[in-house]
Amino acid sequence: MKQTMKALLVACGALASALGVGAGTTPAQAQGKTITLCWAAWDPANALVELSKDFTAKTGIGMKFEFVPWTNYADRFLNELNSHGSLCDLIIGDSQWIGGAAENGQYVKLNDFFKKEGISMDDYMPATVVGYSEWPKNSPNYWALPAMGDAVGWTYRKDWFARPDVQKDFKAKYGRDLAVPKTLDELRDIAKFFQGREIDGKKVYGASIYTERGSEGITMGVSNYLYDYGFKYQDPNKPYAMDGFVNSPGAVKGLEAYKELYKCCTPPGASNSYMSEGLDAFKSGQVALQMNFFAFFPGLYKDPNVGGDKIGFFVNPAATTQATQLGGQGISVVSYSKNQGEALQYIKWFSGGDVQKKWWALGGYSCAKSVLNDPSFPNSAPFAKEFLQSMGMVVDFWAEPSYAQLLQAEQNRVHDYVVADKGTAQEALDGLVKDWKAIFKEEGKKF
Amino acid sequence: MNDLSALSRIMSEAVPIQPGVTRRIRGLSDKALAWLFITPTIVLLLAINIFPLVWTIYLSFTNYRANRANAPTIWLGTDWYQSILTNPDIWAAMQVTAHFVIWTVLIETVLGFCLAFLIDKKFRGHGMWTTIILLPMMLSPAVVGNFWTFLYQPQIGLFNYVVAFFTGRSASSFQMLGDVTLSPWAIVIVDAWMWTPYVMLICLAGLRSIPDYIYEAAEVDRASKWRQFWSITLPMALPFIMLAVLFRGIENFKMFDMVNLLTGGGPGSTTEVASITLKRAAFESWRTGYSSAFAVILFVTVFGLANIYVKALNRVKSR
Repeated sequence: MKQTMKALLVACGALASALGVGAGTTPAQAQGKTITLCWAAWDPANALVELSKDFTAKTGIGMKFEFVPWTNYADRFLNELNSHGSLCDLIIGDSQWIGGAAENGQYVKLNDFFKKEGISMDDYMPATVVGYSEWPKNSPNYWALPAMGDAVGWTYRKDWFARPDVQKDFKAKYGRDLAVPKTLDELRDIAKFFQGREIDGKKVYGASIYTERGSEGITMGVSNYLYDYGFKYQDPNKPYAMDGFVNSPGAVKGLEAYKELYKCCTPPGASNSYMSEGLDAFKSGQVALQMNFFAFFPGLYKDPNVGGDKIGFFVNPAATTQATQLGGQGISVVSYSKNQGEALQYIKWFSGGDVQKKWWALGGYSCAKSVLNDPSFPNSAPFAKEFLQSMGMVVDFWAEPSYAQLLQAEQNRVHDYVVADKGTAQEALDGLVKDWKAIFKEEGKKF
Repeated sequence: MNDLSALSRIMSEAVPIQPGVTRRIRGLSDKALAWLFITPTIVLLLAINIFPLVWTIYLSFTNYRANRANAPTIWLGTDWYQSILTNPDIWAAMQVTAHFVIWTVLIETVLGFCLAFLIDKKFRGHGMWTTIILLPMMLSPAVVGNFWTFLYQPQIGLFNYVVAFFTGRSASSFQMLGDVTLSPWAIVIVDAWMWTPYVMLICLAGLRSIPDYIYEAAEVDRASKWRQFWSITLPMALPFIMLAVLFRGIENFKMFDMVNLLTGGGPGSTTEVASITLKRAAFESWRTGYSSAFAVILFVTVFGLANIYVKALNRVKSR
């Protein structure tokens, strides 16, 4: 009996050491503190998990992660914040949430903390500070540290563009060389050229663009066209005055151009596409061009089928002007968290120059000037130069507390026009102005 | 001593119970005891049914937003009700809902009854066929929504290939979920596929409840099969059919999960049924007061229609 017990103890000991229990205890477990970071489930989140191991090693604070797919990301975490939940100690929340989260007391204001720790917003790219940290916009009230810079860009099949037969056909048809498009008209021509074409015996299509209706997809896509044609959210001199800016003749043209691209040059069944559908279409060799966020580009570049030499990247082309939709997020401390001290420690650690450098190296997009303004940065990745260029021309959606309503109105109006063929572009944008005015009126805004 | 004599002895020796003692158990009256038993149920009912309903009705008259719990709540009277009832988008959503409910209930009732009629004939292997027919109903709506999304995919979807095979059209030339004309029918097809077995089950119960002697009497009277169907089968199964219509009608009026997964209400607002509009107002825009008013309107509509229908059902049953 004694021998049996001894054998059992030995076996348990062996199992425990195999599982790393006891002997492998990390400082975090020793200290017994663990904080939870909430974000979307995508490639950069994996990079952050890797990066955060250094934080645990340095501070002894354990990290837990709550990652939710993009389609449920806003629903899940806004519900969490609105119900005063303490699941997340840190949250990498979308840029548009900042107004609501600040006004509803869901994020901790970081001004005093930044001052105490010597963290300066001057060390970050201005567009990211305005987009991810400030509320009200353009005022020195900070609710987040810029964490993940992002913008909409484009990928193309470099290998298809380089084919002599394709080059020859394109030149015969359009009288110019097939090259990276500089304008949205050129982009449309290229997409048209590839639509329905056979490449290696397979039918391919022009472009994958955002058309999703349920969350924010089509708005994030169409904005790239609207901005390029002169769309503005409001009169720069008179806040919330939208007539003639949202529905300007230029904006109407932009919306029509987006619809034209959707109708002529997208794969069948692309009436509800967003990030993952775009990735699927590109990775499966279905499309020549793909609109997507830069965050996905490191993963695409590594893809064995369409990455490496086969893929190229370019910024959103110009029309009458050139701009692109801002993506990305800042990292905030949730005010309902019971571990605010540790969460702030994480933010302090994350703001460090070396950490930011490693963040970029692992596949995250740093917003720190020390990384982006480094002379070696443009050559540090095949899409780095384009990212830098894009971050210099980003525009973001409303970040008002009522952003969700504003977004829903645009989703409905634009999807109705672009996908469901309802009404004209002018009617869609006039309707949007009407909806937005009603929302702001309900909010008590004067315009 | 046998058992019977022992029993009679015990009974004769038993002390007669005084009146009033039966009404008391450890000091509790019958009434108190009854309350004791039903109180947990009533408390539960009040907490999870009545209170939310009353609270929703109250919120529907205010500007309350669940994401701004600290903001002052202002009494708006019937503003939301007026705003909803005069909103063309809401009426459009109600029309989409009506289209969905009418066509699904019609198709499911006709097909469900026909299937029940066939299954009732007890042919060889009918048990296996019954199980196969019931399978869609046993699946989760989330699973059904997802796999029909694949079936409807224009490039790889089986549905498009089957249609292409029979019509000669190219499989990728039409989009069931992305086309304004086809998408309302796409969701009707999926709902009918999933819930026709349910209607079949109820109809089958109705058919099995008809006594054989009625048919035997009809045979003696030389009534044709057609006459038997119209004079015996259909009238006697009618209360069951009406019950199935009621259940499916109420269920589809509230339909959310499957439509949300298949189309999310799109393309445009083509398939945006009332429950999707409600969910978006309540949990995406966080217009709690507004969405409470909308929920009350939907509740009153379903409740009113169901009541009228139940009265008609009772009239049919009493015939």
